[in-house]
Amino acid sequence: MQSPNQVDAQITRLIREEWGRLLAVLTGFGGDLSLAEDCLHDAVVAALQTWPETGLPSAPDAWLITTARRKAIDRLRRVQTNASKAEALAFWQWQNAPEAEELQTLPDRRLELIFTCCHPALDEKSRVALTLRAVGGLTTSEIAAAFLDKQEAMAARLTRAKKKIASAGIRFRLPDAEDLPGRIDGVLQVIYLIFNEGHRGSSEQLTRTDLAEEAIRLVRILSTCLPDHLETKGLLALMLLTDARRLARKGPSGAFIPLEEQKRSRWDRGKIREGKRLVETVLKAGPPGAYALQAAISALHAEAPDFARTDWTQIVALYDLLWKLQPNPVVLLNCAVAQSYATDPSTALEQLEATGAGQHLQAYQPYHACRADLLARQGRWKEATVAYDRAIVLTEAPEEVAFLQARREAAANSGQPSS
Amino acid sequence: MQFMLLIYSQEGSGPQPGTDEFGPFIGAYMGFTQKMKDEGKLISGEGLQPVATATTLSIRNGKTQTMDGPFAETKEQLGGYYLLELADLDEALKCAAEIPTANYGRIEVRPVAVYD
Repeated sequence: MQSPNQVDAQITRLIREEWGRLLAVLTGFGGDLSLAEDCLHDAVVAALQTWPETGLPSAPDAWLITTARRKAIDRLRRVQTNASKAEALAFWQWQNAPEAEELQTLPDRRLELIFTCCHPALDEKSRVALTLRAVGGLTTSEIAAAFLDKQEAMAARLTRAKKKIASAGIRFRLPDAEDLPGRIDGVLQVIYLIFNEGHRGSSEQLTRTDLAEEAIRLVRILSTCLPDHLETKGLLALMLLTDARRLARKGPSGAFIPLEEQKRSRWDRGKIREGKRLVETVLKAGPPGAYALQAAISALHAEAPDFARTDWTQIVALYDLLWKLQPNPVVLLNCAVAQSYATDPSTALEQLEATGAGQHLQAYQPYHACRADLLARQGRWKEATVAYDRAIVLTEAPEEVAFLQARREAAANSGQPSS
Repeated sequence: MQFMLLIYSQEGSGPQPGTDEFGPFIGAYMGFTQKMKDEGKLISGEGLQPVATATTLSIRNGKTQTMDGPFAETKEQLGGYYLLELADLDEALKCAAEIPTANYGRIEVRPVAVYD
């Protein structure tokens, strides 16, 4: 017999993993995202009340769908106006309801859900937030943390977005063929963000890992739908090449290991091969987009026999191209890291500071971590310690805090005798 | 569902009568209106007289007040509208993109409220 806490944890994980698929199935019944979310939420509440006593049902997702459907019908019956319409909808839902054992055969409607969440009539931040919530199953507070927003503000944003979808005529469907290329760019952006959320890890490792796999799966589906869309391939390549290093990024106790110290034998060669093949295809097909360039950079890391023998000069050149497509201070920061190995840390830091990127990156943890590293490698221990402190304050993941603490201590100790 | 496409522009910013551009501009409007009619989407659509002709009315404490001019003194003014019967917002946005004024003004797309 499992303890109530174990059941709670299992339920929480199940709901996180299955949320997008369940929500898409439920939205597909009546086309109403808000109703689907409300009734799925009702079903989850019921599960949290029932399962700790009864144990998990044999098919928890089927249980949730069936319960959510009943809750939807209850909700529709409570709507006083236009009762006949509500009844008709309820009947329709009942008629189309899957039998529990058939649930696995239901079509995956997550793509429709993504296009709905990424509709251009929503502002960009709401698209990202809603996709993370509806498809990724992230909680409002996790999304708020990703945006450095207040939870109430994020909750209000999500509510506004769902109201607009419900009343502005945004349908639960794939876009028309002629709109697809334009709509896909926004979707790629959202998927990449989900992927990064999976890798960055602001909470429990296991679920974050699934999120990265989910992002890869989603971009594969997109790539099948749009075989000629190069940036979709570019993003798939980038994700595969990044994900190939996932195992090597974590030590046995979950400690964060930087690229420099990773065991390259732990990199996933299968993913690297597929990623590199995609990069080559995309680079041959035309001028590379931003994802393809980042994938090319990642491929150079992947094929280097060790950290020192990485083709840093080529990486700096690729970052320069990327900067032309994406004049974003984060690109300058990454370029500075590559530059510090292509030339030296002091040149890299001078160049970074000359760009003025720092003033836009004060709240950005990697900026301070990077500066700290560049300073430490020049023996500027005191300044490095201060920069590490800034980085640590901005870091959420405990394993990254531990990593930065260790580096900070090393810098502080090195500075001790001479200061 | 019904969509109201509200056509906003700065008065005098589009092709003016007497210029070479005016004929094709009016032609494009007529073409769009005809297309919406042919496809069974047009409920109504009209252009409005300039804002100089506008009168704004309000009643406060039982007292009717009238004011010369539009409610909001903004650069871009409501100059006309289409009321269309369409499948969804995607279709409404495509129709909005065909309205000639979209090229220098703005088209606000608003679903019509349904009370039942």
